[in-house]
Amino acid sequence: MTVRKRLLGWLADVALILYFVFALFPIAWMVILSLKPANQLFSTYFSFTPTLDGYRTVLGDSEGIPFVRFFVNSLVVSVGAVVLSLVVGLPAAYASARWRFKGSENLMFTLLSFRFAPELTVIIPLFVLYQKLGLFDTYVGMIWVLQLVTLPLIVWIMRSYFADLTPELEQAALLDGYSRKQAFFKVALPLVKPGIAAVSLLAFIFAWNNFVFPLILTSSEAQTVTVGALSFLGGDRPKYNLTAAAALVSVVPPLLLALTIQRYLVRGLSFGAVKS
Amino acid sequence: MGWRLTLRPYVLIVPALLLTCGILYPFGLGLYYTLFDFSASKPQPDMVRFENYETVFTQDAFWNSAWVTVLYAVGAAAVETVLGVAVALLLHRSSIVGRVLEKILILPLMIAPVIAAIIWKLMLQPSVGVVNHLLKPFGLGGVQWTDTPAGALLSSIAVDVWVYTPFVAILALAGLRSLPTSPFEAAAVDGAGWWYTFRRLTLPMLWPYVLVAVIFRFMDSLKVFDIIYALTEGGPGDSTVVLQIRAYLEAIRFQRYSFGISYTIVLWAVVYLAAMVLVRHLGTIQRKAAEAK
Repeated sequence: MTVRKRLLGWLADVALILYFVFALFPIAWMVILSLKPANQLFSTYFSFTPTLDGYRTVLGDSEGIPFVRFFVNSLVVSVGAVVLSLVVGLPAAYASARWRFKGSENLMFTLLSFRFAPELTVIIPLFVLYQKLGLFDTYVGMIWVLQLVTLPLIVWIMRSYFADLTPELEQAALLDGYSRKQAFFKVALPLVKPGIAAVSLLAFIFAWNNFVFPLILTSSEAQTVTVGALSFLGGDRPKYNLTAAAALVSVVPPLLLALTIQRYLVRGLSFGAVKS
Repeated sequence: MGWRLTLRPYVLIVPALLLTCGILYPFGLGLYYTLFDFSASKPQPDMVRFENYETVFTQDAFWNSAWVTVLYAVGAAAVETVLGVAVALLLHRSSIVGRVLEKILILPLMIAPVIAAIIWKLMLQPSVGVVNHLLKPFGLGGVQWTDTPAGALLSSIAVDVWVYTPFVAILALAGLRSLPTSPFEAAAVDGAGWWYTFRRLTLPMLWPYVLVAVIFRFMDSLKVFDIIYALTEGGPGDSTVVLQIRAYLEAIRFQRYSFGISYTIVLWAVVYLAAMVLVRHLGTIQRKAAEAK
């Protein structure tokens, strides 16, 4: 019995390790590929002299692709979308957690339902509209459209954080002579700070990773890394080391954030399932 | 007490709604466009009413795309569910190996799907890719992964599985950790085997949690775009032209704007119907699970 149990446990660990090889090997392989010198890309596989040339080319704009600029663009539009979503999303989340009012559930569902709309349905009209309004290929245009990704996420997750706070805390503050505004800013908001931090980073990652919006609504000025990384695949001669380096550089911010706040991210991602 | 001011919640929600309307407006505009024959070659469009939709439904290209989309969504969601639940069960055993690996489970999920597709595209190159290199000892050195119709579909599903299996695993793991322990203890006392416990206890109690993940994955896969765009661009031929790719080709590449939007409206309607059916099913299952507890 115990021998059999130990054997099964050992088999389970092996199965788990196999899955994680599948999950992590592509990332490791990109690191290897990005460090290969251009003349060894097609010859040997695991023995080569590592070089940072690939990164130097990608970050030095030398293939005519301004990758650093795309990186900065991604930062600006992702942070912009998150900040704007927080400013309008936090009051909405608070209101829907504290008051049961007419149509509240419908309003909230409408917000969430945008997650399920095919992006191209709104992008094509926006493409036409942006051309007319001069928002095409601008930060403002990108930030506005990235709300579709960040706002529902922030409202839905923050709503459960606010719902977890007992209303008595704010009521006590009101009795102490705080105004309702002060009660929100000085009592409720500080208590959900960890939640705000986690959901902001999650929303940032989703905005950063978006591809369809920048693909169609930007061309050069406001283009982001997800579209930029793809341009290294083009051209007549495939430059695998450059593509790998660009792909890796573009995943550094989300991966770093994910590792730092791993615990909260899992909470955010699994919120819908555990709380229903 | 004191929470009676009914106007306040509306005031607090208005900014979020206004921003949302900023998106609803183009959606309505898009719907309106589909009633015209608006395209690059016809900037002054005529009202054609439902002609665009008639064309969509009578085209073989649409039915091919619909079929490919369903194959992709069902395939990806099914593999992710089975694999994700398996990974969650293995992690739930909480061996030392499991505890270490659990911390990095989330990593593929944090990589943009389009970047994941780029990574896999490099790995799947027939002659110089690492996958075929590793398969060589097994006599499979020259598989044309993304250059054959079946291979291209399977490869894109594989990328989806690589990115999103952790999502299902995380939800399933959260579900497993919130299950009551007493039924399992009782089963252990009765000497129930692993398979019996899994089939009679774990799975029925876990299913409501997993179903949320399945619904999210199925709906997201129905509107897949980035993975296919980067990996195959719909090819070879039109073997991986899912509906959003078709809409992109029509509207952006061939600049038949209203016709392209009609495709996305049809897809939107399908996703909504699927959502309604699945969410209702979810409600029933959750109620049953709550009663069983």
